Amino acid sequence: MPILTLENVSFESKQQKIIKNIDLSVEEGAFLTLTGPSGSGKSTLLKLIASLITPTDGKILFENQFQSSFQLTDYRQQVSYCFQQPALFGATVKDNLVFPFLVRDEEFNQEMVQEHLELVDLPTSFLDKKITEISGGEKQRVALIRNILFLPKILLLDEVTSGLDEKSKEIVLELIRLIHTKGVTVLKVTHDEIEIQEAEHIITIVKGEILNGTAGGE
Amino acid sequence: MEQLAVNNLSLVLAFALVLVAVFVSSKEKLGLSKDILYGIVRAVIQLSIIGYVLTYIFQLNNLVLTSAMSLFIVVNASWNAYKRNPSTQKNYWHSFSAIFISTYITLGILVLSGAIRFIPSQIVPISGMIASNSMVAIGLCYRSLNKQFHDQRQQVLEKLALGATIKLASLPILRESIKTGMQPTIDSAKTVGLVSLPGMMSGLMFAGVDPLHAIKYQIMVTFMLLSTTSLGSIIAGYHAYKNYFNHDLQLLDEEETE
Ligand SMILES: Nc1ncnc2c1ncn2[C@@H]1O[C@H](COP(=O)(O)OP(=O)(O)O)[C@@H](O)[C@H]1O
Ligand SMILES: [Mg+2]
Repeated sequence: MPILTLENVSFESKQQKIIKNIDLSVEEGAFLTLTGPSGSGKSTLLKLIASLITPTDGKILFENQFQSSFQLTDYRQQVSYCFQQPALFGATVKDNLVFPFLVRDEEFNQEMVQEHLELVDLPTSFLDKKITEISGGEKQRVALIRNILFLPKILLLDEVTSGLDEKSKEIVLELIRLIHTKGVTVLKVTHDEIEIQEAEHIITIVKGEILNGTAGGE
Repeated sequence: MEQLAVNNLSLVLAFALVLVAVFVSSKEKLGLSKDILYGIVRAVIQLSIIGYVLTYIFQLNNLVLTSAMSLFIVVNASWNAYKRNPSTQKNYWHSFSAIFISTYITLGILVLSGAIRFIPSQIVPISGMIASNSMVAIGLCYRSLNKQFHDQRQQVLEKLALGATIKLASLPILRESIKTGMQPTIDSAKTVGLVSLPGMMSGLMFAGVDPLHAIKYQIMVTFMLLSTTSLGSIIAGYHAYKNYFNHDLQLLDEEETE
């Protein structure tokens, strides 16, 4: 059973058609790698799936139900989007890692957060770091923890390794692999040659359309 | 009231003060002479009209008319607060409800506590004072909201993507804006009497009321302005942040809100 289905999805903004009649079906537990030229609509597609923008045409189904039928706050906790070059918010790293608990009305669980920091090779003391004082690679790792502290069903990753140093990139990729083995369906946008070579299922997007027809997932 | 010596003749003579401004303007080529004279003419006409209207209202001392005059002030203040909102999604009724509620809760407490009486010579000027301060606070609150939704756009988007409600995603912005709306009132409460003698107190002393009596009124005014600006900012802020989102809990494009 597909966990995610796009039926004839289009997105138009300012008389410009950015996504054109995309059909896509993603099996539960799949790992899709999306690539394509800059400006081809990859981020727009992920944002549509994440319900951060609404298709101007077509339907998106998650677990066989229309996206529009969900409480969107719940939906976004299940279909979690990680931005390309996230900004982080608040003052400290902790503000960011408290947020997933706030969203779910839960008590902050220090142990749970520590475990996740360890996974991305950051010390516990990192919680008190000011967000203005950490590197791009560290920011991206913190951002990713926000998405996966509570495992989503689908993880949408928008060029999360681009511009990262080798060490951060390796840590991030390793974390994504781990998340996938836990059964999370992953859709990852990347330009990275090696990542594309190693990918099982590649979807190429050009000018808002899917180029190759292998869009089946598992 | 004997100390008050403003009569028609002295007003005409005081017109020399306007000529000072006109003289400075023409000497320094500020190009303001016409503006100054136009401003003066408007002020004289508006004040004359309001003088006659108020005299009539005060003499009539009619409950309905007094309330109507107070409401007229609230409607105008709301319109001005509304115009100060830079967002294109703004809604007049948000400003109106904020000023209406903040003004009449404050006024209600003043009347019920016996601090002022429900007579036109007290209700009308106090309504004006409260509503105009509420208007200024709400205007500041709106501008702060707009600036922060612009500056912190990416942060709000990230919070929404993590499944936050629009309120949770806006909370720091909302708090900061409400603070911004209240800040001038709090600041002036701190310096009142040291830096400036506010209008109410000055006016009373001018009219011959002894300072110890005048400060009691000023303390009351400080209380009422704190209450009004906090209520006004909170109500306006909690309405207005929603303007930046659509029904799908998405942050609107900047072109749609600016
Ligand atoms: N909110 C928007 N409004 C208008 N145009 C947009 C918007 N977002 C993206 N675009 C345009 O849509 C196209 C695709 O953008 P994007 O999805 O970011 O591409 P990619 O992620 O593949 O580089 C670009 O031409 C971009 O300028
Ligand atoms: Mg992109």
